[in-house]
Amino acid sequence: MNIRQYIPAGILVAVVVAFQLAVVLTGQDYLLTQLTMSAYYALVIIGLSVLMGYAGQISIGHAAFFAIGGYTAAVLTTGAFRLSPWLSLAVAVAITVVIAFLIGIPILKLKGHYLAMATLSFGVIVYRIVLGTGVFGEADGISDVPGFTLLPGLTVTGGAASRVENYYIAWFLVTLAIILLINLINSRVGRALRSIHGSEEAANAMGVNTAGYKLAIFVLSAVFAAVGGVFLTHYTGGIGPSEAGVMKSVRYVAIVAVGGMANIWGALVMGIVLNYLSLRGYFGTYDDIFFGAILIIIMLFYPDGILQRKTLDDLRSLARSLVARIRGRR
Amino acid sequence: MSFFAVENLSRAFGGLQAVSDVSFAVREHSIHAVIGPNGAGKTTLFNLIAGSLAPDSGAIRLNGDPLQSLPPYKIARKGIARTFQNVKLFRHMSVLENVMLGRHVRSRAGFGAALLNLPHTWREERSIRQRSLEILDTLGIADLADADAVSLAFGKQRIVEFARALATEPTLLLLDEPAAGLNMHETDEIARLIADIRARGITVLIIEHDMSLIMDISDHIAVLSSGKKIAEGTPAEIQRNRDVIAVYLGED
Amino acid sequence: MTFEHVLQYLLAGITIGSIYAIVAIGFNIIYNTTGIINFAQGEFLMVGAMTAVTFSRLVPLPLAIAIGIAVTVAVGVLIDFVFIRNLKKPTVLNMIIVTIGLSIIIREVALHVWDEKVRSLPYFTGDEISSINILGAYISPQALWVLGICATMVVLLNVFFKYSVMGRSMRACSANPVAARLCGINTKNMVTMSFVLSAAIGALAGCVMSPITQTQYDCGTSLAIKGFTVAILGGLGNSTGAIIGGLIVGILEEFSISVMPLAYKDAIAIAILLLIMFFRPSGLFGKQEVSALKEF
Ligand SMILES: Nc1ncnc2c1ncn2[C@@H]1O[C@H](COP(=O)(O)OP(=O)(O)OP(=O)(O)O)[C@@H](O)[C@H]1O
Ligand SMILES: [Mg+2]
Repeated sequence: MNIRQYIPAGILVAVVVAFQLAVVLTGQDYLLTQLTMSAYYALVIIGLSVLMGYAGQISIGHAAFFAIGGYTAAVLTTGAFRLSPWLSLAVAVAITVVIAFLIGIPILKLKGHYLAMATLSFGVIVYRIVLGTGVFGEADGISDVPGFTLLPGLTVTGGAASRVENYYIAWFLVTLAIILLINLINSRVGRALRSIHGSEEAANAMGVNTAGYKLAIFVLSAVFAAVGGVFLTHYTGGIGPSEAGVMKSVRYVAIVAVGGMANIWGALVMGIVLNYLSLRGYFGTYDDIFFGAILIIIMLFYPDGILQRKTLDDLRSLARSLVARIRGRR
Repeated sequence: MSFFAVENLSRAFGGLQAVSDVSFAVREHSIHAVIGPNGAGKTTLFNLIAGSLAPDSGAIRLNGDPLQSLPPYKIARKGIARTFQNVKLFRHMSVLENVMLGRHVRSRAGFGAALLNLPHTWREERSIRQRSLEILDTLGIADLADADAVSLAFGKQRIVEFARALATEPTLLLLDEPAAGLNMHETDEIARLIADIRARGITVLIIEHDMSLIMDISDHIAVLSSGKKIAEGTPAEIQRNRDVIAVYLGED
Repeated sequence: MTFEHVLQYLLAGITIGSIYAIVAIGFNIIYNTTGIINFAQGEFLMVGAMTAVTFSRLVPLPLAIAIGIAVTVAVGVLIDFVFIRNLKKPTVLNMIIVTIGLSIIIREVALHVWDEKVRSLPYFTGDEISSINILGAYISPQALWVLGICATMVVLLNVFFKYSVMGRSMRACSANPVAARLCGINTKNMVTMSFVLSAAIGALAGCVMSPITQTQYDCGTSLAIKGFTVAILGGLGNSTGAIIGGLIVGILEEFSISVMPLAYKDAIAIAILLLIMFFRPSGLFGKQEVSALKEF
């Protein structure tokens, strides 16, 4: 087995632990809350990164899957149902699989603008449904969603008392997801996904069931998004229609693009950084503009994402020219 | 029963009859050429065989089994590999990865096994890599293994596409103008490769405009013009055929 | 449903449908010269109408509309000069992402300039209560303005593309950019021209519809989705198809109100879009294998 491919995941774990210790030591553990939420959004983003970057299929509707997960959990654990969160998680995943599968079969036959518009439209339909339907709380969404007790004493829920354990729950999930995706990418299946991006016609001619693989990765990324939705809904105790909005889907695409499409680590890092800044309110009322601007700047200047060798080279040559200039002055 | 045969194959694009009632049989371990002027329908014929286009009517058989209703990836699994007229390597992938993808039909790990990286998955992965490196080695491009495939010189890309097709261990190999755009030296190299491939027991169906190459290597030739088969025979017979000469002279 | 009811829905459907057709034609013009689907097309209508609303308090209505169009055209030209021309890797995916980014920025800037209030231009003639009786159905005079102006735009565009040197060059450019360049046509300017035209017709359509449907900073997205639906329905790049498609979508939408809650009205267009993409991506009128000259 190739141990080397897991080194980055090991570094991730170390960083996660180090950050928690640092934050607690400096008494700023309220920061963990946004990092926990960012982690759940990161689940959507890394899944989407494999779908878009590796298999080359754009989806401007992934917020819909996040919302399907979150709303299923919210409806089933509150009000008339009050099911166990484990059961509602299973139902949420099952519903997501079915929907992603049914919608994926026709949608993934499309390409380019058609695929973009179809996924966008799917997102809009889901948004309209949650906004216009009574059980989903219409514009108010659903609140008072109970915590999700994973093990006795380990509950996904907000509140200062359980901040640290929730931080670890969220990051455990992200690490797990990353490891699964690394396995996938470095396998025969990952190669097949990339070949679809490289030339769908040739992939098919070489024996790759392109339609089947596209569908499988679409469903998998949808499930990642839904699981993120379920956990975040339990964590924050509620969900509203904005989670299903087109802007959210666009934001996910933006983050994947900034991270460099076929680069789950880039997507993870940018997902955490940008969501964290956004959740802390750094962009104020310019939140959406910010993500719109990011999309454009990246496409204009860094179409391969900013965490690429080129960016580093740019920085290095900038530093070098600065140093040269300073030396020259002396 | 012949090893491979197309029977009364037809395909139209709108009003244009690109392939019209074409039949021929290919003997096992032979090199069978398809020639004809530009637009004769040769590539369309290959697309029909490989399953990327559906025929309007007619049949395609490998060892008697019908192929005409199968999707391309299933046809590939039956042991038919192809190269493309305008080379189609995978972008964003190295030469080695391109060839490793060729092993796709000869390996099994599924989605779930890949996610979990089960022992048999990574063992299989290791053998895919080894086998692909061997193929690169025999074709003399092992030094290019880590190069980005689509940024290679055109001639090298052709060889990589060959390697990728060979990696599938095909029984029938479809080559669409393998010498187009190559210089004389490279063409010789390709000719040697094709002879070599046949020597390994692979049947070759080849489209080519380079007549000296075709007359040199092929056992049997079918001539298409405007979608119809106008002649068939050994190189010597084709060189004497009046219809063929008329078509080629008429073209100039 | 009485005959008058049917007629009423039909007239309303034709009115809104002709707006969708104009949005679709806007898509087509840019698509034909660049191969880009401009996701910010809906924002052109919004910017045109919002600017006109603002200026309508200061200057006479026709002048306000002219200013609205001018501002929108400036936005269109800016998009081309700053973004489209500078794209390093103009792949389809990247272009989609850029125009989506642009639509968000335009929308959010509009939010900061105009806030989120719903606005509308005054009726061009008459007011909300004036109406014209047609065979028992009532139609607002503004609807006649919509129909008249949309029809005029279609006729003028046709004349432009058929008879003017510029229009013919644009068509040549879309049929075969390389050949067009060899014949000395500056393809980059043709692209700019296509943004100018799309922005202008979008802005004018936004202005005429504003008194009826009202305008808000975020109305562009749903217009874009519907316009795209119509463009696909008619066959991408085909403007005659767009007109028919626009009428179909508009009429279906209006009739849907009589059988479904109003909240789901927008879902109709989207459902049509998905169905058409799945079953006939070349559109109702598109041929499966078109290689001939693209038509505007
Ligand atoms: N997908 C398609 N749609 C429409 N017409 C097509 C399509 N593919 C091929 N044709 C037409 O079918 C005819 C045969 O084309 P084909 O590519 O098979 O010719 P060919 O013999 O391979 O020519 P060449 O020697 O130039 O490669 C041509 O007139 C071509 O324009
Ligand atoms: Mg050919």
